[in-house]
Amino acid sequence: MDLSYTPEEEEFRARLREWLAKVLPTLPAKPSPDDWPARRAYDLGWQRTLHDAGYAEVHWDASPTTRLIFLEETERAGAPYVGANFVGLLHAGPTIAAEGTAGQRARWLPPILRGEEVWCQGFSEPDAGSDLAALRTRAWRDGDDYVVSGSKIWTSHAEVADWCELLVRTDPDAPRHRGITWLAMPMDADGITVRPLRTLAGSAEFAEVFLDEVRVPAGNRVGAENDGWRVTMVTLSFERGTAFVGEVVACRRVLGELARAARENGRWDDPVLRRRFGRLEAEFRALWRLTQWNVSAAETGGGVPGTGASVFKLRYSHARQELYDAAADVLGPDRLDLDRPWVIDRLSSLSYTIAAGTSQIQRTIVAERILGLPRGR
Amino acid sequence: MSVRFQLTDDQRALQAGVRELLGRCFGREALRAAVAAPGRLDRALWRALGGAGFFALRLPEAAGGVGLGLPEAVLAFEEAGRALVPGPLIATHLAAAAVPGAATGETVVAAVDGELVEWLAAADRVLGDTAGVAPVRSIDPLTPLHRINGTAPAAGPVRTGPMSTDPVAVLLTAAEQLGTAARVCELAVQHARTREQFGRPIGAFQAVQHLCADLLVRSEIARVAVYAAAVTADPADIAAARLLADEAAVRGARDCLQVHGGMGFTWEADVHLHLKRAWVRAERGGGSTQSEELLAVRLAG
Repeated sequence: MDLSYTPEEEEFRARLREWLAKVLPTLPAKPSPDDWPARRAYDLGWQRTLHDAGYAEVHWDASPTTRLIFLEETERAGAPYVGANFVGLLHAGPTIAAEGTAGQRARWLPPILRGEEVWCQGFSEPDAGSDLAALRTRAWRDGDDYVVSGSKIWTSHAEVADWCELLVRTDPDAPRHRGITWLAMPMDADGITVRPLRTLAGSAEFAEVFLDEVRVPAGNRVGAENDGWRVTMVTLSFERGTAFVGEVVACRRVLGELARAARENGRWDDPVLRRRFGRLEAEFRALWRLTQWNVSAAETGGGVPGTGASVFKLRYSHARQELYDAAADVLGPDRLDLDRPWVIDRLSSLSYTIAAGTSQIQRTIVAERILGLPRGR
Repeated sequence: MSVRFQLTDDQRALQAGVRELLGRCFGREALRAAVAAPGRLDRALWRALGGAGFFALRLPEAAGGVGLGLPEAVLAFEEAGRALVPGPLIATHLAAAAVPGAATGETVVAAVDGELVEWLAAADRVLGDTAGVAPVRSIDPLTPLHRINGTAPAAGPVRTGPMSTDPVAVLLTAAEQLGTAARVCELAVQHARTREQFGRPIGAFQAVQHLCADLLVRSEIARVAVYAAAVTADPADIAAARLLADEAAVRGARDCLQVHGGMGFTWEADVHLHLKRAWVRAERGGGSTQSEELLAVRLAG
């Protein structure tokens, strides 16, 4: 067991740090969270900056350890998040890279890397959430096109996306997982209606997307017809343990800020609060170690075993909520003031035990697939 | 490429070797025999552990030791914890260089830890001040306990000073707790797979599945914390490891007991032995308070 980095990795880190120190002060001011076109421009601009400096492909080509270092250092330096580039860089792009034709790769990958096009994800539906394979959005072949009707939900960046990676049902008579197809849908096509969804935190972070006989060229299909479930699973297992690197680094920083705030306002004298922070510090240290463990497993085995990913997801989502509950205790009555730091974050943290597989679904996965307990329900 | 934070082949071999040795020297029959004869330390087992290098693991080869490091010691103690090996293993291991005979298993060394001493009467040497010591009717049938000052102290302020115990002792305790955490997860899963009610294994019910999943999650997060602390030997990493390992062992044993239903409440099932030992270990090194305060101090800087 070794927690040290190679000289090459340390050099990568040093060069990146130096570059970040130079480039971050030159960035424009962060846009308002409600201004979607400005957010799009800002996020794409950052991706272009990364591209010009040779860091665009770090999510794709770099080793898991190099990516870990990249995500750790960009977060430490306060660099912009992946933002609107998320689906392109971490879901759609890798899927196209793995399953697309040469023509599809040439058409779609360079604009993602250069920060020119935004992708969104059309997977979940109102009646297909945890049970994604229950999706019902229909597509049927008409000449050179698929004609798509149905609705999608929880689609981030739908308002400003150029493309949507879309899962549709092409064979309603086949077993559920075998009748699904993966399409790249141009978001400017006729028949698409985007309705923003306001979250409990007050902002419109995602949208519902209604599809009414939208025509998608058959050439936009990645993988074979009715093979979309397998194609999608390639995407979902892509991130190789690094999905939450930046967030863990950020949480550890917030924990320190909270402790110092508690010292300033006197609440640190309360041993119950102090000990709670001691436990949170232990938790986030362990989550960082688990990240390193998972990245090492990906490095040696080519993928993160389900154990590592599920353990991380279950612990982290809960820990993040605990962190902001502790923040509320530091704030005292100010915890009810939306203009105070951490209050909005506390609201946002409520999504973590739901998004990307609820804690209950994760536990069932752990029980059945990892522990080998008999299938229930 | 690095951050090679995984067990090496040698470490896996060591882990398997210790598990095999303990399976041979201290299997389930020996465990139940030890429960039936409380307070008796099996000297033959102790010498066998000494002979296998358990106590001399971290002594340099020039001094007759095995010449391995903390990560290897942690793996060995995880196995000992898993097998519920009785005796002052950590005190003897830590005394390997200082007390003649400790390294080979000839001399059994116990040590005062805060207000408690484990295995005082059976030990050849007791480190620390034992003035005013009195026996306790121990909750754990496999760990005889003595209490310093004999009577319960008046309720006083919680000690919040720096860790008074050797951090390595705390780390090795965390490794033992990890062993228990992993073992009770296995026991729960085995039981859930085989015990049938309502015409199917109880492990097919989500309420039981989710208890088992939490057992695994707690033991796996504790595992990385313990292993990382063994690599860095940083007192803060060790404090984090002990908090997570205590949680994994104590809560794990309780959930395992719950999965076992009525059988879990019996003397015959091994679950209570894990829970009681986990409680004893959680008391060491100033308890969780010391570790929580140490980490809090690091945070507020």
